[in-house]
Amino acid sequence: MGREVSESCIDSLLTEMVSSYCNRFYANKPELAARRIEAIGYQVGHQLSERYTMERPRFSDHLEAIKFICKDFWSELFKKQIDNLKTNHRGTFVLQDNRFRWLARMSAESKAAQAMSMYLYFPCGIIRGALSNLGIPCAVSADISNLPACEYPESYVLCVVMHACSLCSNGHCHGQL
Amino acid sequence: MAPAGPRSGDAIFASVERVNAELFTLTYGAIVRQLLTDLEEVDEVNKQLDQMGYNIGIRLVDEFLAKSNVSRCVDFKETAEVSAKVGFKMFLGVGASVTNWDAEGTCCSIVLEDNPLVDFVELPDTCQGLYYCNVLSGVIRGALEMVSVCPPMPLSPSLFIVFLGLLTSLPCLFDVYICSLELPF
Repeated sequence: MGREVSESCIDSLLTEMVSSYCNRFYANKPELAARRIEAIGYQVGHQLSERYTMERPRFSDHLEAIKFICKDFWSELFKKQIDNLKTNHRGTFVLQDNRFRWLARMSAESKAAQAMSMYLYFPCGIIRGALSNLGIPCAVSADISNLPACEYPESYVLCVVMHACSLCSNGHCHGQL
Repeated sequence: MAPAGPRSGDAIFASVERVNAELFTLTYGAIVRQLLTDLEEVDEVNKQLDQMGYNIGIRLVDEFLAKSNVSRCVDFKETAEVSAKVGFKMFLGVGASVTNWDAEGTCCSIVLEDNPLVDFVELPDTCQGLYYCNVLSGVIRGALEMVSVCPPMPLSPSLFIVFLGLLTSLPCLFDVYICSLELPF
């Protein structure tokens, strides 16, 4: 394991970044704030995927790259893998994390819907940046759902929908981890 | 039963949830970069980094007080030492040292030799005057201001951060001068 910092550092930095862009810099322009937050994530994802693939051979196909995001890349960032990967075999993928760390630690007041959706632009940007660096341009959006307590108590499920444009015309794509 | 004593920075850092520092470093770098693009003026970026740090510090101090179990600091010297040894260590994983005290004991430098914020960072010439680590001074300012406003702490000083910056020739050093304006002695 490389160098570490306390989780509070990244949590407070992200919360403050979202707050600054939404409430100070682009107070009445949520679309602009969202674009900036996503751009910051893109930069981070691009650089991280560069670092984490330095010593690996190139991915043989898009699916291998997406599996890398779900397994190794996600583990480096969140100490766990993506729990579920689904695809429609026409270029759209759904990545599901059943206990997304960042959401699990957000305070109650920052869980208001609009703040939350702004916040999610950052991990979407990270994924888009990482895949872009691996040669897969895509559009990424995210959603959260709160499953009944009996299944995943006190956790937040993050669903990331990724549409890889170049895969639309391809044939078979099994999408299983 | 005697109350538990204060915990060392190492012990606290070992006990908290930790994450990959690269994510933190690169996120901060991307934020600074985006701020430079959006705000254009280096002075404005410095100001915003300080403000962000301040907002972080006023919340982070709660976690610091809860986890470190430090007793009230009796003077500014102790405040500086505790910030450097315990505060920095428990969050950033690296301790800082306190040097350069002035004669009255109201001004010092906190030096962070190994700063995770600046890993892989090189500032281009176009960023002259950028205080890359300004968020850290905002954090200190916010945290100490929160502590000083509590009525049961009659000896807490008020703080004014005078100078801070990333020394571009020695990117690993982060130097913070902290001056206290008044001490009620």
